[in-house]
Amino acid sequence: MTGVPLSWFLILSAVLFSLGVAGFLIRRSVLTVFMSIELMLNAVNLSFVAFSYQLKQVNGHLFTFFVMVVAAAEAALGLAIILAVFRNRGTLQVDEVNSMKN
Amino acid sequence: MPDSFIPTSAELLRILPEIILVLAATLIMVLAPLVKGREQNALGYVSLYGLVAALAAALSGYFDPGPAFHQLILVDGFATYFRVLVIFAGILTTLASYQYLRREDADSGEYYALLLFSVSGQSLMAASNDLIMIFIGLEISSLASYVMAGFLRNRAQAIEAALKYFLLGSFATAFLLYGVAWIYGITGSTYLLTIRSVFERGAQTPGILLAGAAAALIFVGFAFKVAAWPFQSWAPDVYQGAPVPVAAFLSAGPKAAAFAVFVRVFVTALGPIGGRWEPLFWLSALATMLIGNFAALVQTNIKRLLAYSSIAHAGYVLVAMTAHSEIGTAAVMFYMAAYVLMNVGAFAVVAHVCGRQERFVELEDFAGLGERQPVSAALLTVFLLSLIGVPLTAGFFGKFYIFRAALQADLVWLTVLGLLASAVAAYYYLRIIVIMYMHQPAESAAELPPLRGALGAAVWISAAGTLVLGIFPSLILNFAGNSALLAR
Repeated sequence: MTGVPLSWFLILSAVLFSLGVAGFLIRRSVLTVFMSIELMLNAVNLSFVAFSYQLKQVNGHLFTFFVMVVAAAEAALGLAIILAVFRNRGTLQVDEVNSMKN
Repeated sequence: MPDSFIPTSAELLRILPEIILVLAATLIMVLAPLVKGREQNALGYVSLYGLVAALAAALSGYFDPGPAFHQLILVDGFATYFRVLVIFAGILTTLASYQYLRREDADSGEYYALLLFSVSGQSLMAASNDLIMIFIGLEISSLASYVMAGFLRNRAQAIEAALKYFLLGSFATAFLLYGVAWIYGITGSTYLLTIRSVFERGAQTPGILLAGAAAALIFVGFAFKVAAWPFQSWAPDVYQGAPVPVAAFLSAGPKAAAFAVFVRVFVTALGPIGGRWEPLFWLSALATMLIGNFAALVQTNIKRLLAYSSIAHAGYVLVAMTAHSEIGTAAVMFYMAAYVLMNVGAFAVVAHVCGRQERFVELEDFAGLGERQPVSAALLTVFLLSLIGVPLTAGFFGKFYIFRAALQADLVWLTVLGLLASAVAAYYYLRIIVIMYMHQPAESAAELPPLRGALGAAVWISAAGTLVLGIFPSLILNFAGNSALLAR
């Protein structure tokens, strides 16, 4: 990594991950919450690639592909569930999808 | 292509249970469109045969232990034990689902396919020896179970359960993965044994301080899967909303597999830095037991009550993990077997009583069950007594071994508080028994069909297992003890 030290990548990755966590906890629309999860997964991918480059291995690069495949499967499934919720309730606000007693 | 890219037949044999499960699931998916509506119930037999074949394959794998696929998979006693356990949980779920799905007029083809996919993921988790493999197994298991939770998608509560389970599950998985990335960065490997040997070098390892943080991130992911504090809040909603047999499955299979990898990662890989994660486990075990048991006291819905009870039981298992010794690991293994039997059994009785559209899931709906259905009531009593931990049931020895392991690890306060918490638990389990035998049935109580067929088989097998383990615990305890030596 000519000129750019490892720590910068890790800090960027941590910032992205934290943004994802904040988005998950703060946003009220199911779709935005779902996008926040994707942001977290991509932050992890950045860490994997940075570590892999630092360690001079290909393993980390390979892991990102596994993560992408899983994220894609998760997206397909998540959107289907979100669609079913919308058909059932007519809303995508997290607070309004809460019919069970606490 | 180098030779090492082509798996040998010995390697393929080591993942034979997973291969069988995936093939059976695919077969069901192919057959499902060819059979119409209610006839799809017949696919339950395919599911059952596939699971039994996988069970045989998992058992035979024990006699040919060893690694496969460049150490990604490791078949040993520990892996075999949990493989057999999760496949057995799948069999019980298939049996318990059959009549339920027929009653609800559900197109059950996809249901059985998803069940088999989920079990294959759990089986893979039990045998994995690498953090990335664990992640993939966990996702195979989870993705299928998210759909199962919302399988009856016209039911508002079921789809809500699926959404909650999916969002929180993916959230927790991201934490797990971030922890894996950090462990990879610190140790340069994702193989559990390599990670262990790096940490055994101790304080000279660069980034040993960050390892604690990485362990905490991984803990978040697993704690969610086993519904341990502070990530237990999804469980009551999901178990209440999901169809009863799915709730039974979620409380058994995914939980057992998650505890298997929990032990593999923390006791095997992160064992040398045990001092860093032990306080976290101590706190989580205590909070999980207290929250589960005290919240269960005020529940009126039996599915929600059993959900809180399953949270409390995860707390007991965490006590054994806090001990992180060989007898602690053996106690985890024994307890999971006992827990799967008694919990699936209890849910199966609920599946019998709940009726069409799950109209009867309040505690009062069980009033007079002792008169209306003496056999169902007696069997539910067996499961509840085992959940309390009464002698002669599996639950008693499960708790006994857990708290003995904790005492040997000098966790005196945790043991005392855990025993007090489990005394509180006796109240809400006994309350169900009192309602069944002492209260008069409501006027509106429906006529129940006799407990027969597949559902009856699920209940009877669970009850027999609960009693056998309660009277002859050494049957599997010796095996667990020997395998726990390997897990270190």
